[in-house]
Amino acid sequence: MKHLRLAILAAPILLASAAFAQNQVATLRNTAPLDQQGEATQIPGIVNTDIRQVRNYPDQPPLIPHKTDNYQVDLNSNKCLTCHSRTAVEVSQAPMISVTHFMNREGQTLGAVSPRRYFCTQCHVVQTNARPLVENEFVDVDKVLDYVHSKQGGSD
Amino acid sequence: MTGLTRRDAIKAQAAAAAALAAGLPVPAAAQNLVTDANVTELKWSKAACRFCGTGCSIMVATKAGRVVATHGDTQAEVNRGLNCVKGYFLSKIMYGADRLTTPLLRKTGGEYDKNGEFTPVSWDEAFDIMAEKWKKTLAEKGPEGIGMFGSGQWTVWEGYAASKLMKAGFRSNNIDPNARHCMASAVGGFMRTFGIDEPMGCYDDFENADAFVLWGSNMAEMHPILWTRITDRRFSHPHVKVAVLSTFTHRSFDLADIPAVFTPQTDMVILNYIANYIIQNDAVHKDFVGKHVNFRRGNTDIGYGLRPEHPLEQAAENNDKAGGSEPMSFEEFAEFVSEYTLEKAEEMSGVPAETLEKIAKLYADPNTKVMSLWTMGANQHTRGVWTNNLLYNIHLLTGKISTPGNSPFSLTGQPSACGTAREVGTFSHRLPADMVVKNPEHRAYAEKIWKLPEGTVPGWVGSHAVKQNRDLKDGKINCYWVQVNNNMQAAPNMMEEGLPGYRNPDNFIVVSDAYPTVTAEAADLILPAAMWVEKEGAYGNAERRTQFWYQLVNAPGESKSDLWQLAEFSKRFTTDEVWPAEILDANPEYKGKTLFEVLFANGKVDQYELSEKAREYGNHESEDFGFYIQKGLFEEYAEFGRGKAHDLAPFDTYHEVRGLRWPVVDGKETQWRFKEGSDPYVKPGSDYEFYGKPDGKAVIFALPYEPPAESPDDEYPMWLATGRVLEHWHSGSMTQRVPELYQAVPDALCYMHPDDAKAQGFRRGTEVRVISRRGEIRTRIETRGRNKPPKGLVFVPWFDARRLINKVTLDATDPISKQTDFKKCAVRIEAV
Repeated sequence: MKHLRLAILAAPILLASAAFAQNQVATLRNTAPLDQQGEATQIPGIVNTDIRQVRNYPDQPPLIPHKTDNYQVDLNSNKCLTCHSRTAVEVSQAPMISVTHFMNREGQTLGAVSPRRYFCTQCHVVQTNARPLVENEFVDVDKVLDYVHSKQGGSD
Repeated sequence: MTGLTRRDAIKAQAAAAAALAAGLPVPAAAQNLVTDANVTELKWSKAACRFCGTGCSIMVATKAGRVVATHGDTQAEVNRGLNCVKGYFLSKIMYGADRLTTPLLRKTGGEYDKNGEFTPVSWDEAFDIMAEKWKKTLAEKGPEGIGMFGSGQWTVWEGYAASKLMKAGFRSNNIDPNARHCMASAVGGFMRTFGIDEPMGCYDDFENADAFVLWGSNMAEMHPILWTRITDRRFSHPHVKVAVLSTFTHRSFDLADIPAVFTPQTDMVILNYIANYIIQNDAVHKDFVGKHVNFRRGNTDIGYGLRPEHPLEQAAENNDKAGGSEPMSFEEFAEFVSEYTLEKAEEMSGVPAETLEKIAKLYADPNTKVMSLWTMGANQHTRGVWTNNLLYNIHLLTGKISTPGNSPFSLTGQPSACGTAREVGTFSHRLPADMVVKNPEHRAYAEKIWKLPEGTVPGWVGSHAVKQNRDLKDGKINCYWVQVNNNMQAAPNMMEEGLPGYRNPDNFIVVSDAYPTVTAEAADLILPAAMWVEKEGAYGNAERRTQFWYQLVNAPGESKSDLWQLAEFSKRFTTDEVWPAEILDANPEYKGKTLFEVLFANGKVDQYELSEKAREYGNHESEDFGFYIQKGLFEEYAEFGRGKAHDLAPFDTYHEVRGLRWPVVDGKETQWRFKEGSDPYVKPGSDYEFYGKPDGKAVIFALPYEPPAESPDDEYPMWLATGRVLEHWHSGSMTQRVPELYQAVPDALCYMHPDDAKAQGFRRGTEVRVISRRGEIRTRIETRGRNKPPKGLVFVPWFDARRLINKVTLDATDPISKQTDFKKCAVRIEAV
């Protein structure tokens, strides 16, 4: 059984290891003592580039690469579908909602978007330009496959 | 890439397409596509989601010892292929760069020092110092001097092992789960009304109801996958109505046919008004009520669960008998609720009369099947048990219960608040299968199953969550172990109770976690924990569904599961050190044995060979202990409930199926309890039987409106409600480490009405202090966000470790359930 070792990924551990020599280990607090608090950071801006991001894996819902301020998605209307519906994409050149969005609970494709997928923001979120507080060492499947391939196609 | 617009990207794509059409070389990456199945094949296994109480089933892909992908399980009834955004990012929750990989002890000059620096130590050294501290405290103070704080995120066997170690091993009932903060009022409501815990209905009610009424719940964010089932039902069947009641407008209002924002605490007025409306409009289901319901008048003026010296406790008449009640007649009940008129309800709640009537009619109309849903709004409430009782009242008056679509449904916040915290009985007053430590027969039953001497399990009720923090501050509990939760961030009144308690020089605090949380930082010893699919696990969700998963990957470094930690620690104690001489003299065969031997190697827990575990999956605990410990613990635990309406299926079954809803009788799960035909425990011919009560009848309670513990005044003019957001789960210790979730919602903001902001000269983004009588935080004002408070109320979520809103909250609890009211205290907002 060949297991991928973190070392080969060369993912630097920035904040964590530095903090362990001291008392303030709660990484997400950026070393502020528990009974104190520094300035609250500014509300970060929303990334509005329209540049699609690589997904971490095929099953991940794509992130929203644009602002959605004041988008109406309620009983009466779904603003997102004005660009992302099947029939809208020729004009909008936005990505069409995936085929899974037409499936009901039984996996049958309906004639229109399945209501269970109606509220887009349950899965799709915008991104702010806030800098992550701690790195994530998740390894993209392609890198893992490269690793496995390099070991002569061994499986797990 | 900044400055690149969508149009530029489209142009670039068009150029690439043109190149392809012109026969130019395709990019190298396409030629190198790996197609060899040996390489590309992923191993997919099922697991329960790590987050909320919905209990979605997840398919997890592993390759080379790493989780590489996750998605919703298409075969699972709960979620049928869907996940919320958190669920879709489960793949990344274990890979935060700051995972704990070794025990860390506060040391100075190589020795333990309460004020020392966290220093890596071996497991041996960690358990040595723990055992030394535990033994010293047990010798000096007895079992009352130690405590444990666990979680609705413990797997079933972890909670069971912890409860057994504390209650039988150390003979201390000072063990409580963080479910005290979220589900205790729900439990209190169930036990008072039905005499048995957990919902009678199930998620199939979503596809059968004609109306949904959300009482303080924001399911669109907190139970998103259940919300997809409501959304599906609402849009697919246009006759369906959705009513959403809350103290502020939030995302669930987007689907509301009937929106209602009420003044905090007046949910009790609205519920009593609806009961009155049902009676006044002759909508009582007289046959059902006559056969299956009793009426009782509850004690009133029961206090607020504050410290006994608090003026509110001094003034309360019945805080020592808060749960008391006496019988009454239907006529007396009708008289009792008659004061809750439409006019009074409108005046007190601030909800227009027309809206109140619409909601009341949903319940009163015999042809409308109603599902009521609630979570923290009703439970985190100084009258939370009452509010749960009042919700059942309106379903019982109309007989709208235990049939498809007629369902008062208490939702759950944690993945195993039901399966572990409640069913296993990890509360300070409980034992498995709804039994309690106060009852000598229940203790004897537990001792029999555990093969322990009579008198091992103590009869005193231990300290609950909020009292544990008070006991730590007061030096009553000196050794304290926290597992799988972040209570320094989660518990109320951190500055006056939690932090002084943990940092009390008399105390030794141990925190087991996968990440260095706020709670870990407040500890003296941090133990690195294996999480989620790094261990074999079981969770039980809100619809009584028990779900299993295997260990799919190895935990990093030296981290070990909470189960391993508990069992390993038990090896450090012999019975002679922790049990009184009377018990050992009467039962000499237990003398000189380790707690591991009497609790875990007891001939039952260790009866399944290591060879019985699945060959294709690891199991780090069983491999260490030499027997299949999860199976042994589960089967011993299941003995408590089998034949007692809590029947669980055999262990191996759960590894095959997508969960089963207990009671599982003759291999068949139970969807609707208390109803003949769907619940095998109901006596034939009785139609309905609420068998949790001796006479088979549920109870309708007469309970009045009583005011909250703290309300806005001149000095602190705003209500503060706390809660969650969709993208983060609880304290954010997992989700804040997933960059996509962090960047979606990085900070806890102070959501405020634009007029209130304007009146104080604030704009969106103004830095402010949120100040109460107990503490303050700094954050920024949000006037345009997803939450839209009415004037006079602000909302601040608690996921943000940098902005600890529980420095501000009040530790008032429901006097019956001891659950904190995190939704109501008084604050003022000042510019920094």
